[in-house]
Amino acid sequence: MLVDPHPAHFVRDPPHKGEGKAAPRLTLSGISKSFPGVRALHDVSLSLYPGQVTALIGENGAGKSTLVKIMTGIYQPDAGTISIDGQAVTLPSAHAAFGHGITAIHQETVLFDDLTVAENILLGHAPRSRFGTIDWRTMRKNAREVLNTMGAGHIDADARLKDLGIANKHLVAVARAMSIDAQIVIMDEPTAALSLKEIEELFLLVEFLKSEGKAILFISHKFDEIYRIADRYTVFRDGEMVGEGLIRDAGQSQIVRMMVGRAVDHIFPQRKAEIGAPVLAVSGLSHPTEFDDIGFELHRGEILGFYGLVGAGRSEVMQAISGITRTSSGTITLEGKAIVPKSAADSIDAGIVYVPEERGKQGVVIGLPIFQNISLPSLKRTSKSGVLRLAEEFALARSYTERLDLRASSLSQDVGTLSGGNQQKIVIAKWLATTPKVIILDEPTKGIDIGSKAAVHGFMAELVAQGLSVIMVSSELPEILGMSDRVVVMREGRIASVYDNKRLDAETLVKTAAGIAA
Amino acid sequence: MTDTPAPRYIPDRLDKPLNAAIFSWEALLVAVAVAIFAVNSFASPYFLDVWSLSDLTFNFTEKALIALAMALLIISGEIDLSVAAIIALASTMMGMAMQAGAGTPVLVAIGILVGLGCGAFNGLLVTRLGLPSIVVTIGTMSLFRGIAFIVLGDQAYKGYPSSFAFFGQGYVWWVVSFELTLFLVAAVIYWFLLHRTSFGRRVFAIGNNPVAAQFSGVRVGRIKFILFCLTGLMAGIASVLITSRLGSTRPSIAQGYELEVITMVVLGGVSILGGAGSIVGVVLAAFIMGLVTFGLGLLNVPGIVMSIFIGLLLIIVIALPIVWRRVRRERLT
Amino acid sequence: MKVFPRYREVWLLAAIVVLIGLISMRFPGFAAFGNLRQLFNDTSILMILALGQMVVILTRSIDLSMASNLCFTGMVVAMLNAAHPAIPIPLLIVIALLVGLVLGAINGFLVWRLNIPSIVVTLGTLTIYRGATFVISGGAWVNADQMSPDFIGLQRAAFLGIPVLSWIAILVIALFFLLMTRTALGRSIYAIGVNPTASVYAGIDVGRTKFIVFCISGMAAGLCGYLWISRYVIASVEVANGYELNIIAACVIGGISIAGGIGSVGGAVLGALFLGIISNALPVINISPFWQMAISGSAIILAVVLNARGERRQGRIILKKAEAA
Repeated sequence: MLVDPHPAHFVRDPPHKGEGKAAPRLTLSGISKSFPGVRALHDVSLSLYPGQVTALIGENGAGKSTLVKIMTGIYQPDAGTISIDGQAVTLPSAHAAFGHGITAIHQETVLFDDLTVAENILLGHAPRSRFGTIDWRTMRKNAREVLNTMGAGHIDADARLKDLGIANKHLVAVARAMSIDAQIVIMDEPTAALSLKEIEELFLLVEFLKSEGKAILFISHKFDEIYRIADRYTVFRDGEMVGEGLIRDAGQSQIVRMMVGRAVDHIFPQRKAEIGAPVLAVSGLSHPTEFDDIGFELHRGEILGFYGLVGAGRSEVMQAISGITRTSSGTITLEGKAIVPKSAADSIDAGIVYVPEERGKQGVVIGLPIFQNISLPSLKRTSKSGVLRLAEEFALARSYTERLDLRASSLSQDVGTLSGGNQQKIVIAKWLATTPKVIILDEPTKGIDIGSKAAVHGFMAELVAQGLSVIMVSSELPEILGMSDRVVVMREGRIASVYDNKRLDAETLVKTAAGIAA
Repeated sequence: MTDTPAPRYIPDRLDKPLNAAIFSWEALLVAVAVAIFAVNSFASPYFLDVWSLSDLTFNFTEKALIALAMALLIISGEIDLSVAAIIALASTMMGMAMQAGAGTPVLVAIGILVGLGCGAFNGLLVTRLGLPSIVVTIGTMSLFRGIAFIVLGDQAYKGYPSSFAFFGQGYVWWVVSFELTLFLVAAVIYWFLLHRTSFGRRVFAIGNNPVAAQFSGVRVGRIKFILFCLTGLMAGIASVLITSRLGSTRPSIAQGYELEVITMVVLGGVSILGGAGSIVGVVLAAFIMGLVTFGLGLLNVPGIVMSIFIGLLLIIVIALPIVWRRVRRERLT
Repeated sequence: MKVFPRYREVWLLAAIVVLIGLISMRFPGFAAFGNLRQLFNDTSILMILALGQMVVILTRSIDLSMASNLCFTGMVVAMLNAAHPAIPIPLLIVIALLVGLVLGAINGFLVWRLNIPSIVVTLGTLTIYRGATFVISGGAWVNADQMSPDFIGLQRAAFLGIPVLSWIAILVIALFFLLMTRTALGRSIYAIGVNPTASVYAGIDVGRTKFIVFCISGMAAGLCGYLWISRYVIASVEVANGYELNIIAACVIGGISIAGGIGSVGGAVLGALFLGIISNALPVINISPFWQMAISGSAIILAVVLNARGERRQGRIILKKAEAA
């Protein structure tokens, strides 16, 4: 158990009276911020109240991360005021924000893997001895105290952070916030990399922070989480604030309307693809530490979903099939022919492409323009004996970006200037342009806005209708259930079960993935 | 972030405003070169003589040849600090062969092959063992030059055949030296390779994001290996030219060249962090460095003081656009 | 696997002991206390320089200008001493530290304020500082007979049987040890190397910290400027030419990762000692000193290979072991 769910001072259901009247701890008003050529925020306001969770909601590119960077002192606003407990403040640096008790908990980036837990908690405000040097003993003691108050006494203050699981890393991040006596805690998509169980544990932590009277800003794309944990909401669209209020007064569709400026019923596309003969057959695929005895078949026109908890080995299997990592044994057969891909280049040549999960790190090449990103895996086709043919590259890029409804000012624009959703379209386009037989999509809609999501799903349906075969790795149940023909569930590096997606329910999948007997 | 609520049709490229061309890195370098040229011709009456100008080119062609390959290597995110040591080792090997009675063609072949071999050795260590190139090549720098010292000690090889002198001292036509001709031909080849072939495109992709490049089917290791080989090869060619020009080999030959080559590349607008750069910039930077050294030489400024100018030039040319951008942004707000 | 990186210094120490053991098999006098004391004294300057370079490398930067800084500062103090022999040596040392600090601060300022990569900045100042030495000296040398006896004599003096130069090195090592393990600055330096983005969010001023590390490396180089000149009793433009790469080599052999965040005071000291032993031992065991360069080159390559083995992260382990039966 990570956190005792019912410590004595824990108020499960804070009384709502006086909500509107309680003084906000932090108020941002009239904040504007522009970058060369882009208006990121225009005259936005936001208030955070002690003991309450405010959800910040908006599509990608709505200006949420810019606001977080302003609140943590990384960016300076062009206009507007920030006040804490009614006092106007400026936050010229991250250090200043820190001094005002503002702290941010990010997905993974805020902590230091090679430092110890105690160092991570107390870095920047370590106790000093008489001589001004770091007092290690007091430091460990303080760290332990903080962890104990949170009911996380099981974490060793001397352990290196890299030896902890992701959930415990979150605990350390929260402990850090506690130790600086942060009054304002920003949680920027904290659940993105977490499994269901870890998310539950995180929510207990949020409840704990609320009970301590912290003002919390919670940023998430997931409505179930927002309704679970938030007290208030603020909605951004295109850099402007378009609505705020109490979450219990607002319906989900109302908030979605505010986000997108129109009502969107996300319905998964109807598909009429004929499922044909097997195209890809994998059997006995094994790796010394990552997965074991993986076997499945993929048919023409099929979408095969791969479901499992984060870290179940799904991406690792897909990277092995596409030649990026090596296997210790097993066979891969494509259209009846055994293939042994030794690199991504081999598998692309054979007709299997892998669209990776980490868009920024593995997908797009930031620094290169759109058309060069798209042609990169297809350079053999768009060049003649090694000499580039720009016209062909532009033609290739145009045909795919049009199909995916890309929004950009020109094909020579640097991909780094596009929003997450549009970058994802580039990522899909570049691998699709190699005209593969099998396309493996790893978390294709992770962290992108609803509009782009629908475009990606619609496109997948189009692909299989044209006779392609798709493997879709996803941790989002609605997506798995809405898109797959069959679902493979993986657990701890092995295939736990394969289901036909007829009358399949979410509960069965979750239980199989977690290893709970149905 | 910049989703322009889109027209369905996306143009290939937007018309570049004229000032984008005016404020490009290459334009800045041209301006600097013209300025130095003008100052030189005012300062010394001997400067504007064709033979002076021809002599000028000997100052930089050998280093510039290496800089061409080094530019590609740095764009791909790697670096080679051992190039000067490769020159020393290749020159020493040529000297050994010369003493054993080898003729000019064999000497040239040895120089080039030793360079290629050293480059391949660096490439193997970096790509096969996954080691950081800056450290590996500090090591091989000591190793290669160290071997030259073991062979030669405080001795020198002298007495290269007279036909060997052509490469470093000969002229192809009138005042156009063989070295300059070779450099210009090589510059065209490298320009084509970097900017007009799929190989060059992959080099840029690797420099900007090696992981995404690998996922996109770029054979990252193989391309980096080739780039180390090319750099070694160019160092081998440079070794032939220098040995031929000096007519002798000492183990301390070309000492400190590696930093001048890298200065040339960075001055040419290649990002030291990888991913960006152009051959035109590197060629311009080579001429600028030659002009500075030669012009100051005519004014009897000692070499060591010239290096101050090169160092200042490097920092100022890099800092200028940064300061300029900052000032302009402040004026806008 | 986990133990290895933490105790890399122990392995290096073991290698040094074995090396000394092997040499003394052929030449028994080598391991004698007197000779080892001499060895330490000979390596003192390199140790101090390596420590200065270490703090820079830990923050994912590099200082190529240290040897030029040393050369310039050495010339300044030598010329001061030649012109005004009355200036007391402690004051000269303070001047050396200050001059070094200023040159380091110039590097740091360019890295911090203009955000130019440190390798570019220090490549530029490498040539500028050495050129400046020529400008202030007019190309002339300062010879032993122009220096005051105190200037030359200080570090030849011994205290408790150990030369003053060695005492200075010991003091510097102790200061660096305190800095890296007992101060918030030391923690920040490691944190920046491990994860620069996270450091910003943790409230560390990354730019300012980088500025400070260049000031530290500058001061180390400045101090060595005096030490070098008074030891080798000649100040010229050629002093320590190319030495910047020896300094980096000592760090690399000492296990300091060029990618930042990994390395220790002990490692830097041992790395310098290792190079010192090689250069000292060769004449003793009758190998031409011309072998020294190739041997240190091989040692660097070997050290990188071994360090990379230790640093290499293991892949994720997903499969549960022994799910037998």
